[in-house]
Formats: sequence, structure tokens, C-alpha cells
Amino acid sequence: MAFSSSIPFGNGGGIPRAAVPVLAWSGFRDTLLGAAVAGWRLLAYFAAPETNDRPRLWAILGRDATGELTAVATDPAGDHFPSLAPEWPQAAGFEREIAEQWGLCPEGHPWFKPLRFQGSWRHGHDAWGRNPELPILPGVTDFYQVRGDGVHEVAVGPVHAGIIEPGHFRFQCHGEEILHLEIALGYQHRGVERALLGGPTLRTPHLLETVAGDTTIGHLTAYGLAMAGLTGVAAPPRAQVLAAIALELERLANHVGDLGMLGNDIGFLPTASYCGRLRGDFLNLTAVLCGNRFGRNLLRPAGVLFDLDDGHLAEVRDRLDAAFADVTTAVGLLWETPTVAARFENTGTLDPAVCRDLGMVGVAARASGIVRDVRHDFPAGAWTGCERITPATATTGDVQARAWVRWLEVQESVRLIRAWLDRLPEGPVLAAPGTPAPDHLAVGLAEGWRGEVVHVALTGADGRFSRYKVVDPSFRNWHGLAVAMRGQAISDFPLCNKSFNLSYCGHDL
Amino acid sequence: MINVIATRWRQGHRTAAYPKTPPTLPERFLGRPELTAGLQAGACRAALAACPVGALQAEAGIGAAAPVTLDLGRCLFCGACAQASPKAVRFTRDHRLAARRREDLVVRPGAAAGPAAAALDAAARRLFGHSLKLRQVCAGGCGACEADTNVLGTLVFDLGRFGIQFVASPRHADGLLVTGPVTENMRAALLDTYEAVPDPKLVIAVGACAIAGGPFRDHPETHHGIGNLLPVDLFVPGCPPHPYTILDGLLRLLGRIK
Repeated sequence: MAFSSSIPFGNGGGIPRAAVPVLAWSGFRDTLLGAAVAGWRLLAYFAAPETNDRPRLWAILGRDATGELTAVATDPAGDHFPSLAPEWPQAAGFEREIAEQWGLCPEGHPWFKPLRFQGSWRHGHDAWGRNPELPILPGVTDFYQVRGDGVHEVAVGPVHAGIIEPGHFRFQCHGEEILHLEIALGYQHRGVERALLGGPTLRTPHLLETVAGDTTIGHLTAYGLAMAGLTGVAAPPRAQVLAAIALELERLANHVGDLGMLGNDIGFLPTASYCGRLRGDFLNLTAVLCGNRFGRNLLRPAGVLFDLDDGHLAEVRDRLDAAFADVTTAVGLLWETPTVAARFENTGTLDPAVCRDLGMVGVAARASGIVRDVRHDFPAGAWTGCERITPATATTGDVQARAWVRWLEVQESVRLIRAWLDRLPEGPVLAAPGTPAPDHLAVGLAEGWRGEVVHVALTGADGRFSRYKVVDPSFRNWHGLAVAMRGQAISDFPLCNKSFNLSYCGHDL
Repeated sequence: MINVIATRWRQGHRTAAYPKTPPTLPERFLGRPELTAGLQAGACRAALAACPVGALQAEAGIGAAAPVTLDLGRCLFCGACAQASPKAVRFTRDHRLAARRREDLVVRPGAAAGPAAAALDAAARRLFGHSLKLRQVCAGGCGACEADTNVLGTLVFDLGRFGIQFVASPRHADGLLVTGPVTENMRAALLDTYEAVPDPKLVIAVGACAIAGGPFRDHPETHHGIGNLLPVDLFVPGCPPHPYTILDGLLRLLGRIK
């Protein structure tokens, strides 16, 4: 490597904190921008307090081509640090988060606004210099405005029509056409990362299972890998495969539900109606594993809490086959109906260059032709075995592409689960969890159904979390939705929004 | 078009016969818990220590002889207590968990199932019994309670056949169904939405977060659920509650299940 970051490590691995170079700002900046040229992505960028209570900036980089991870750090001088966002837009969201949590101001940031409308974790340090006596009101910010003849503004939320999480959307429109969309989130902020400090505790897995309740398995998979990187104890082979089955069932339930809801948003009710039921069939399969439809209490560090006997395995196989047969015909209607194509094609198109610039992940990135999938690029656990995957991609970047990628992934998930059910390794499903190493850094990545889930654990001298950073795929993708809406009809917003189907609480933490 | 009709034929009739026939629940489903008769703190130290949210509690200051209670409002149904002390705590597969009063959610040693949620009084049933329109507000929910509420609208549960429907505007609603611990950032929007619902109105708390804060209890960013902010007419425990637990609660409230 031509730049000075830590020695590379893999998904589910870790290194001593002392092995991470702490560079002066110029070296840190040159390392990050040099890494970007060499094909590395920014997986996480966050601040954590050092022993002198000064926040240190940490950047975690990953290279898809080699599956390597690396880390580099810097100590900002005072309460300012230069923004990398103008040169490297994928840093933009992380820098706003650092500013809000720690009162460190990213100088030169092109869009310097609160991210979640929360107070600073460091008393007396506020990046916007706000009066600490006054409450911080969500959605009260300086929204970008367009002015001119016939230009009008539409404000939606935080309470939306339908049973859905809260967020605020501000559209600048000319007639039906959206000129600009600004998304203000933070209504779901529950203080998850602050509560994780000092862990792990009894509550840690429950907090991570509910970071985004529809990605329980995705987040617990990343947590398990981060803990393996701290303790050196991996889950036994049988547990790794059971966890991978649960991850694919989670993907199936959500993708099938989304395909139905995409039908619903264009008034194509056959697929909407059938997939609404079929989504439940996959959730109920997860409940065969652990009793809970969302996979709660199934995964823990070093294994899973439930095993399957031969009867369960046969039941899962039979019910999977039946549900997949019904999904095939229900979803097939989407591809053969001209009115569906008329609404899906060329709607909400996202350019691959935008995806790359913003560091987008998951279904939304793959639908624009970006080949990026943790299961393929950073395999760990069952993914290192014989069942390798080919990332599903499309090229057009529109609603049709995001729907089609979901359908390709549904088929791949069914193939994987069938293969694993036939060759489930024997042995225990839970190892003795082990003790987290002190002064260590570990990273866990998982391909949740929306995309890449990143967990970074830093321990102090006592082996407790001095920082636990969670990056839900929604964090990287919300801005992509806003960009995709430019030039679209405002009446197409619900359809485009559903084609991304991002998590509000996963973003707000 | 012919395929649309053929698919309709293949998909068949899928609406469950609930409440006439009991629901099919997974073998490993954790429903209403029971505490062994006469259970004292000394006999279930491991279970008390295993509870992540303080749902299982011993009366303070009495020591090993302290009576133990389990608060379904706080419980995440993780089963850690029953694993730690199988002789003290047992989870049944009974999905009927809803209660009208907060104190009815507290399970005591040896007690049979707590009082089932009572129906609204006759006057309220006349108003809401045949047509109940609810506005759902997510105030920090993780999406799971929302999903298991949303699913009641699918053809499996077909909530509409009971006259219950979720509506977009609070002005059209007879009440709120709230999920989430109520984040500080959603408090004002929740209270505004409540104000926008015309009187008389109902409030339903779904899930451990809305009842008592769930896994986020004691976070300064949240409010321990809606109990201190709004008058609650129905509590539906779970993390998340099974859709049948929610449906059972709604139907009991309307006097459709007794």
C-alpha cells in the first residue's frame, strides 16, 4: 500500500488500537484520498474519545476487490477539522454526524446542517454554537429553497399517511416536476450509540436487534463478527450456516414484501395482495427457527441460541418450496404486465457515478450496476464455504432495476437456503463467548437485505466499548433517493421511495 | 390478463378463520409467561440477573424472601429468565396478552392468566364497535411493531372484516395506535396528532417500547413510552407483539371476543 494506514485485516477481524497509525491531518487526508484512488471505500468515519477526553477521528476503509479492511486515525486540532466532503462526497454524512455528536466543526463542508437534531455528547461543545439552554427542534433548519414563477414548496411529514416511520420531506417543485428534495431525519433518534458505550451489557444485543427492526439478523450478524474480532472466538460452523439461513430468510421476507408494495404504489393489486401474505410466510419461517418472526434472540456472539432438528429442517424446506412457488407466479405478473413496465421503467433513475460518489450500497447501488455485496466481497462465516454468490445487478438504475435486482436476489436466497439445508454441518451451535481484548479495534460487516451493515467496536483498557459505531445501509442511501427524485413527477415519489425502502430508525439510531 | 386470473386461482383463499378457530403459532413462540407459585427472589437469582430490562423484579428490601413479579409491559419476551431459572419462569404459547389497565400487565407467582382486556363500555361500543378508524403513529419504533400492525391489513388477517381500518388523517380517526418509546424528537408530533383526533378518542399502545420504553428505557432521548403523555385505553405487550396478539386486543376492546 502506498499510503500509511494499518496493516489490512478481514471481516470479523481486529487489530490492537496501537497498530492504527495516528497521523497529522495532512497525512490522514492524503491517506484517505490516496486510498480512494486505489479502490478503497469509506466504510465508517467517526470520532471516539481518547483517554484525555479529546475526540480522535477514526476512518475504516474497505477494498471490495480484495476483501481487505484497514484503519487510520488523526487527532483534530481544537474543535475544527477540514471537511473532505468537497473532494470525497461519501464523507459528507459521516462528517455531519461527527459534528453533531462531538461538537467538531468540519470546515468547508458543503451541506453543514444537523443530521439527527440531537445535542452534542460533549457538554459545552456545539458545532453550530447553539445556546445549550434552548431545545433542539427536529426539522427546524435552513432548508434549501428554489424561487421563481410557478415554483412551490411541498412539505410532508414527520407523520405520514400509512403505517410508516417518521421523517420530513421538503420538495421544491415547478408544477409536478421536483427540482429538489431535501430529507430531514432524526425523529427516530433513540440514543442507541450513546447507550452502547461501556458495553457489552445484557441490553447490547437487544439494542442492536432494534437498530432497524426489519434488519435484526443483519445487525446481529455484524455484531457477532465484531465481537469475534475482539474475542478471537468465532461461531461454530453449524451456527454460521443457521445464521446465514436466517439472514437469507430476512432478505426474502423484505424483498417479497417490497415487490408487493411496489405493485401497491402503482395500483397493481394482484401482486400487492399476494406478496403481502407471502412476506408473512417468510417471517413465519424465521419463527420456526426461534419463535420470533423477526429473528429476535436467535443470534448472539459466538453462535445461535436455537438448533434445528431433522423435523424442523424438513418443515423449513417444504414451506420454503411452497412459498417460493407462490412468489414466482405472484411476482411474475410484474414482468409481463405492460402497465407495470410503463410505471417502473425510467422512473427515479440513479446514475452509477452518483452511487459511487455517495458511497451507496446494497440493492440501490447494484440496480445502477455497482457490483458491491458483502457476501461476495468480504465473505465471513458461511459465506467463505462452498456456497459463493454472484452479486445481482442491473444497469438502468430505475425503479424497474431496483425491483428486478430484488427478484434476482430472492431466487439466489432460495437456492442458498436449499443448499445449506441439504448440507448443514454437524456440531454445537454456541461456543463459550470469550472476553473482549482491551485496547482493540474490530470490524463486522454483513450484507443486510438493504445493503452493507457496518459495525466497528473500539475497546478501552478495561475491555469495554469506548465506542461502538453502527452504520446502517440507509445512512449511505438516503441522499441517493433525494438525488434520484430530481426531475421526477412528485406523484412518483411514493413509488421511488418504496423502491429504495430505507430505514428511518437505522439512520437515526 | 389470463395469467392474472390463473394466478388468482392458484393463490386460493388465504384468510384465516380467526377468531372462530385459534391461530397457528410457531412451536417456539413465547407467549404469556407464568411464575411458579410462591416464587421468591432467592429461588430465581439467575433469572433476575438475566433480565435485560428489569421486567422481572423482586420487591426491594426484603431479600431472598421477596416476592417476584414479571411486568409484561417491559418484557421483551427474550426468554432469558426462563433459560436461567426454568423452575421459576415458564413461557406458555398463549398469545392473548392485551390489557386495559397498566397494572393488569404485572404477572404474579402462581396467578392464572391475568384479567383479559375488558371491552369498552356500552356507549363507547355503540360509537366504535362497528367502525373503528385508527391513525397509526410511530414514535421511535424500530419497524417491527409497525410491520406486525400493517400485516393485519393483508388478506391473511383481513382487518376490514371487523370494521377496523387505518386511515391517513387523524381528522378521520377515532383514535391513535402508537408504537415506539416516544423519542424526544417525536413527542410534539405525537401530541399534535392526538390533538387533531376528534373526541371521543381511543389510544392504543402496541409493543414494549410504547408501553414502557422497551430496550430504550431510561435513555434521555426517549420517554418510557406513552403512559406519561397520553391516556391509554389498551396495552398490547410484546417485542414485537405477534399480529394475533394485536388483533386479539383490538377485538376484545370492541367486545368482539369475550
